[in-house]
Formats: sequence, C-alpha cells, structure tokens
Amino acid sequence: MAVEQSNFDPVARGRGDPVEMPTLACGAMVGSKPYVASPVHQQALGFPGELVEDWQEKAIARLGQLLKESRALRVYLDACVRCGACTDKCHYFLGTGDPNNMPVARQNLLRKVYRRYFTLSGRLFPWLVGAQDLTKDVLDEWYSYFHQCSQCRRCSVFCPYGIDTAEISMAARDIMDSIGLGQKYSNEIIGKVFSVGNNLGLNPKALKATLAGLEDDIEEDTGLPVRLPLDEKGADILLVTPSADFFASPHMEGLIGYAKVLHQSGISWTLSTQASEAANFGMFVGSQEAMQKIALRIRKAAQDLGVKRIVFGECGHAWRVAYSFLDTLAGPFDFLDRNYPVPQHICEFTYDLIEKGQLRFDKSKNDEVRLTFHDSCNVARGSGMGGMPGGQFEIPRAILRAVCNHFFDMAPETIRESTLCCGGGGGLLTDELMDVRLKGAMPRMRALRDVADEHGVTHMAAICAICKAQFSKVLPRYGFEMDSIVSVHQMVSNALVLTGSRQEAELDGKGDAALAEA
Amino acid sequence: MSGYEMNGTIAEHDEEGYLKDIGQWNADLANLIAKNENIDMTADHWEVVNFLRDYYEEYQIAPAVRILVKEMTKKFGKEKGDQKALYALFPYGPAKQACKIAGLPKPTGCV
Repeated sequence: MAVEQSNFDPVARGRGDPVEMPTLACGAMVGSKPYVASPVHQQALGFPGELVEDWQEKAIARLGQLLKESRALRVYLDACVRCGACTDKCHYFLGTGDPNNMPVARQNLLRKVYRRYFTLSGRLFPWLVGAQDLTKDVLDEWYSYFHQCSQCRRCSVFCPYGIDTAEISMAARDIMDSIGLGQKYSNEIIGKVFSVGNNLGLNPKALKATLAGLEDDIEEDTGLPVRLPLDEKGADILLVTPSADFFASPHMEGLIGYAKVLHQSGISWTLSTQASEAANFGMFVGSQEAMQKIALRIRKAAQDLGVKRIVFGECGHAWRVAYSFLDTLAGPFDFLDRNYPVPQHICEFTYDLIEKGQLRFDKSKNDEVRLTFHDSCNVARGSGMGGMPGGQFEIPRAILRAVCNHFFDMAPETIRESTLCCGGGGGLLTDELMDVRLKGAMPRMRALRDVADEHGVTHMAAICAICKAQFSKVLPRYGFEMDSIVSVHQMVSNALVLTGSRQEAELDGKGDAALAEA
Repeated sequence: MSGYEMNGTIAEHDEEGYLKDIGQWNADLANLIAKNENIDMTADHWEVVNFLRDYYEEYQIAPAVRILVKEMTKKFGKEKGDQKALYALFPYGPAKQACKIAGLPKPTGCV
C-alpha cells in the first residue's frame, strides 16, 4: 500500500551541512500520522478501544493528573522563555522544514492547552498568553506532531533550562492513549510483549530453532561448539537483548558477536524465553504501567533462572530504561552479585575483557571496512557506561578501535551528546511514517556522506536495534549500501580469535591439518 | 476495512495490505497481492513465498532474513540466494513484502 507521498529527493538532499537551517515549509508535515491502534490493541493495554465521547474532558483531567504526578512536566511547561536555542536542533525540523517540528513549537502544542486549563492567566485571558482550548483540530495536531518526535532529547542538550521535549511528547501520547487514540505500531508491540514475551511475537519453539541455527553457523565458521543457551537455570549471566537480534540483519550478526565473546569469557550465560525482549516501548507511549510490567519480566526471569548478573544487548532505549530506571521499576536487585554493575551493558562486558587482555583479535579481518560510529540517542543522552563520565561514548569506540584498523568519527556537532537521531526512534519505526523517517535521517546521512567523502568511510556501527533497522531502510535511499550499517558486536565477531578455533590455527600458521589433529 | 476482491469474494486486509485471515490465502490471491505491490510473481518469487509459508506453518512466525538467505542459498546457489538477490525480488524487503504476499502477518518490532 502506498504510504509515501513526497517530492523529497534523498540523493540530492543528502549532501551538505548536516545541521543547516532549512527553508521553512509551514504545515508540510501535517498529514504525517501513524495508523491508529485498533480496539483490540488498545484494550490489551487497558486503554479505551476508540476515542471516547467525552474525550476533551478526559484528556484535560489526565493532563491534570500527570501534572500532579510529575513536577518535571509542570516545570517544562512553565519554564520556556522562547529564547530560540532549540529551534534548529531537531532532526525532523532540519529534514522537513515544518516549523511545528521546532522543539519549542512541538512543546507549545501541549503548553497552550496546559495554559488554558491550568494557569490563571490562561483561564482569564487566553488570547494574551497563547492559551488555547483543546479542540478536535488541536488533538489532530497532537496526533500528527507528537508522532514526529523520536524522544531523542537532542533539543534538551541545547535548552538553557533543560526542558525535555521527550517528556512532553510522552505525556501527550499518554493522554491520547487514555482517551482511546493510541498508536498502532507501539501498542500492538507492547501487547505482544505481554502475550508472547517479545516485540516480534517470537514463540519459544521458533526462538529455540533460531538459536540452534546460529550455533550451527558459528560452528561451521569457527569449528567450535559456541552455544546460545536458552532458559538454562543456574547460569551466571542472563542476557536480555532486543528480539530484533533474533530476526533482522545486521542485528543477528551482533548476537553472534555476543555469543562468541561470552564463550571466550568462560562465564556461563543464558537467554530467557520469558524475557526475550530488552526493548521497552512503554517508555515511548509514556505509560509507567506498561514500562513497569515489561521491566518486571526481566526481574522474574533473573530470579527464576537464579542468575547472578544481568547483561543487556545492543538496544538504545532498553539501555536507558535499564540504566536509569530498572531499579525503580523492578528493584531491588539485591539477589544479584553486587561486584558487577546491575545491569551491565554488553559493551561494558566486552570492553572489560579487552582491558584485561582476554580477547585476541585479528584486526585485518575488518580491513575492508572503514568505520564510523553512530551514537544512539538514548544511550548518548539517557545513560552511561563503565562508571566514568562519557563512558557511553568512549567504550563503544574503544571496542571498535580494538577490532578495526580504520576508524573515523563524524563531525563533532553530530556525535556524542550532540548526536543526531537515526530518524526512526521513539515508536516511529513503522512503514506508514517512512516519509518523515527518510527526512529525519537527512542530517545523519549528510554527516556520514562527509566522512565517506573525506576518509572513505564505508560502514557505520551502532548499538541500537531501531537505529540498525532504520538505517538499513534509509541508507539505500541516500545512495549508500544497505549493509553499510553494522552492529558493534558484528565487528567484534569478525575479528575475534576464539581459543581453539579455525581462525586461531590459521593465524598461528597451523592450518586445517593441525586443527584437525588438535 | 478494505479487501482484495477476487471472483466475487473479498479477502479483508489491514491498513497496509496484510491479510486479516491467513486462512483465506491461495495462489491466485498471492498473485493479486503481488500485483498491488508492483511485483510479477516468477518461479523465484514462489520459492521464497512457499518457504515462508512452510516455515510459518511450523513456527507460527516468519523466518529471520538470515534463515531465509541460508535456505535460498541452498536452493539457488550463492549468487542468487544472497540478501541482495532477495531484495531484488522483493524491493521493500523479503521479510515484510514477501510475508504480505504469502498471506502472513507483518513482522513487528525493531525490524
């Protein structure tokens, strides 16, 4: 079904200053809306099936409740002084030129309603303070533009007051869910986590078969029986990873990398059918309840399996939820071994082994790759790694430098805490939003084009399932190869020389004959 | 909700063209869905679609692209079975577009 109508030419627009102020295109994106969740998907999450009759009253009441629960939300709605620092910081604004995609304008969609019903001046003199009734037109604007925010929080880095647009868009989505106007993509997926255990809807039998297939692949490649254990009680580590790692590429190649690293570490580990998903879309729709329910599965799996540690795979927002909120949502984790970070990121795990000299690499295996790294927004601006400031930037890069001879960073204003979203985050990774996804990727594609031109960069690594899926769709549209997006642990996997493997024998000049003997 | 109309019967589909009831699927319907996607079904397309259906019957989910690639490499050899060749057959991606034609639900999540 045709979901894209646009004259946007990614190849022509894919060159230039990544953060160049666009030409304004008022209302250009007003028609961009995700599919509305069906009654079945809504009700599975406890939301009304469709837009309720007294939606206006209910929405205002819900906003009132959120303001009571979150002091931060009220501050964000009160504090803006319209200084303009955020205007050109959103990748969707840079890519679309639609002024409603300026963070301040996006915030104002909620702020004007807040002022009308929750401030004295807005109640008495709405026309003086930019307050507005919550009409059907305003609700339509909300549905459109709060689904053109990937909650990446780049704007909040530049806001002198630290106003977090992500929190505002989460609140707006929460309100819309509560009146029966949910988004199909996110809500259907949350329902699948509740009913099957993961975003994909991958059942235990299929998961088991998939893992067995990967074990065969690794054995064929290395000559070693590297395992991907499932539901093994008494393992030391529970690995929780996005279900995309069991399905998509280059995600699966990253999973192979984790398995090899864990194998080489000698520490026992397991995946879990119950917690076969790291992602937590409860955050995207602003639902504390869904977020908690999803997080509690991980706690339960860890307890049922009796593990000592929890390690997270490459998933951006999962790591934000895990790093920043897991203890609040599902803690305390006093049953885990406190000698290790709770939870730990797979990059921290791998980096630690590299530091201890326990991993041997043949970097020449990645010599055809000239690599850059895309900082994923939730990792960059919502988490940390390694217990050191900036660890979430340094550790993935240190790993990539350890496994690849050619590494080049993109322009400073497009990486680390200023990183640009891939264009598909925050619940926007759905086909009907391809137009806004394509345009939102433009700043990142320009930054990549620059390093491709200047340093001959061929590949970009990431540690987020959404980034990987989004890039494999949009890269070809910007004239890059689809497989130029890679997992960090895919690069690790390419170069890792496992003890007793075919690669080790080759490297040490023993060859196949010696290996057979061994 | 709209549907695919064939020989006087209507097979309902969702907003994106995925069949609502996979039990209604048949080869003629697959050809019709493919046509809507601007795809002319060849023997190679059918190999993929048939494999997806067999896999789905066994596992109630579509196979990972990597699994599909492996299977098609076995069938067609390395050149015709790699990921690029699959994308040439199904430009919007073998997972999603081929699933639609095979009458299977859309894979969801970060894929």
